[in-house]
Amino acid sequence: MVSLRYLFGIGLSRGVIELRHNLSSIVNYIFFPTLAVFVMYLLRNMPLVDTDYSLGQYAVPGIISMNILFTGLMGIASTLLLEREDGTLHRARATPHGAFGYFLGKIVSQALLCLATFTVVLALSMTLFDGFALHRITSLLTLSWVLPLGVIAMLPIGVVLGSVLRHPRQLSFVSLLLMGLTAVSGVFYPLSLQSPALQLVGQAFPLYWLTFGVRGAMLPDVILVDEQGESRHLLEAAGTLSVWAVIGSAMAIYVLRTSSRRAVGRRMK
Amino acid sequence: MKWAETPTIEATGLTMNYGQGAVLKGIDLTLHTGEVLALLGPNGAGKTTTVEILEGFRKRSGGEVRVLGTDPDHGDEAWKARLGIVLQSWRDHRKWRVRELLAHIGRYYQVYSTTERPRPYDADELLEQVGLEEQAMRPVAKLSGGQRRRLDVAIGLVGNPEVLFLDEPTVGFDPEARSDFHALISRLTEERKTSILLTTHDLREAETLSHRIAILMNGRISAEGSAQELAARYSGSVAVSYFIRDDEYHQRLAHDEVTDYLCSLLERAGPMISGLRVEPSSLEDTYLCMVREEKSADATAELSSLEV
Repeated sequence: MVSLRYLFGIGLSRGVIELRHNLSSIVNYIFFPTLAVFVMYLLRNMPLVDTDYSLGQYAVPGIISMNILFTGLMGIASTLLLEREDGTLHRARATPHGAFGYFLGKIVSQALLCLATFTVVLALSMTLFDGFALHRITSLLTLSWVLPLGVIAMLPIGVVLGSVLRHPRQLSFVSLLLMGLTAVSGVFYPLSLQSPALQLVGQAFPLYWLTFGVRGAMLPDVILVDEQGESRHLLEAAGTLSVWAVIGSAMAIYVLRTSSRRAVGRRMK
Repeated sequence: MKWAETPTIEATGLTMNYGQGAVLKGIDLTLHTGEVLALLGPNGAGKTTTVEILEGFRKRSGGEVRVLGTDPDHGDEAWKARLGIVLQSWRDHRKWRVRELLAHIGRYYQVYSTTERPRPYDADELLEQVGLEEQAMRPVAKLSGGQRRRLDVAIGLVGNPEVLFLDEPTVGFDPEARSDFHALISRLTEERKTSILLTTHDLREAETLSHRIAILMNGRISAEGSAQELAARYSGSVAVSYFIRDDEYHQRLAHDEVTDYLCSLLERAGPMISGLRVEPSSLEDTYLCMVREEKSADATAELSSLEV
């Protein structure tokens, strides 16, 4: 039997190597969130009803969670789509335990990339805005579980998309749908402004809960205005994100097993 | 050559259907330990399909297959570790550095190391053997076609495989790169006990590299044997051509008729003859003939299917 420790060692080192290769692409990943943070900076004086915060401040945690959606979920989906076509996945399958090493490496490198972009965007936001509650120990604690959990909830969805989709064009369509999802996930403005039906849609997906968690950490007081009972909601966030992580991983593994066979079949001339 | 008892690859009655069409129509194939077998055939004959079935990438429709004693459909990771696979792909891992990639892939084989077969090979040694030591730190994307292919071979060999699959290794090579590549493969096969299954549509390549050639046409093995055997079996004729004054003459003869024919020709018209040539029709002629026949057979089949 091959020990898991051995396999995790290989997967981890693969992830680190891939991260090093992708560090240059970090610029692509932070371009839009940086732009968005600057736009929010311009809105720093537009007050959010019933709070001491501005609309700009309110939206920054949303930008951070949306960035995880695009860096993590979309990033891994598009790499997978590409590497299914260019033979990287096929090469992995020709190696003993190669597929496992490949996916572990992919998850590790993309998660680290998420962390790197998060750090850059957060640092920028902290410089531009006052009043984010990151000095509080509870805030840091919340961030320390909600971010990894959010990433783990989103990456498997990206893996599923990357294995099921046939063409990069279809991925652009998915990205359009995700833009729609951000509208009903309370990313830029309170979810309570949406109709109750759309609120329910938003709450079914991890983006809402990740945003909620990040916002709860950075702007603890705003939550009290928007929603009731912060701690109960944080528990809900943890629960929903965990469910997505587990179901998503199971689906990812299933889809990978079947789709990589199809991918080989399509190679036929 | 004498071979050990249990063959590395043994396939009997191997078939493969896609939808309505049969791609492989019952193939028998044996690869002995230490042997190099070339699967020769035109594009679309089913070479890659055959290899992918043997590698465990594709489920066959029927027939019995054993690779290293295991049915590839049920091959586990330990079985996979005994295989070396040189894929047809050219574009993967473009950002990785040459040595980095080879060493990384080698790590997967380490747990399968035995005293008889230590795994993996040292990356630097292997790079030296395939002549890429100077490119070790270069990104894979920066390699030339021939260098990339040599890296692919190094990757195929890094786990010290008992059987190596080489699928169309020299497609797109210029003649010099091809002959370099042939020299590399010959050198590597002399040095280690690795059985090799090679696919190619180039007869010269099959002749140069392999002990035995199996010609795959239209989903069947239409001929099999060493290059010499095939030549003897399929190129029975000799072409004689010459000029008498300005007229050109051609004559196709069986081997045993040639001497008599030439004697009487020279006796009758000796001084008037110029440009006399006697050429055995080569295995290549025969192979090309077979490919042409298959194509026309295909066309006929298509026509008849249209009429129905």
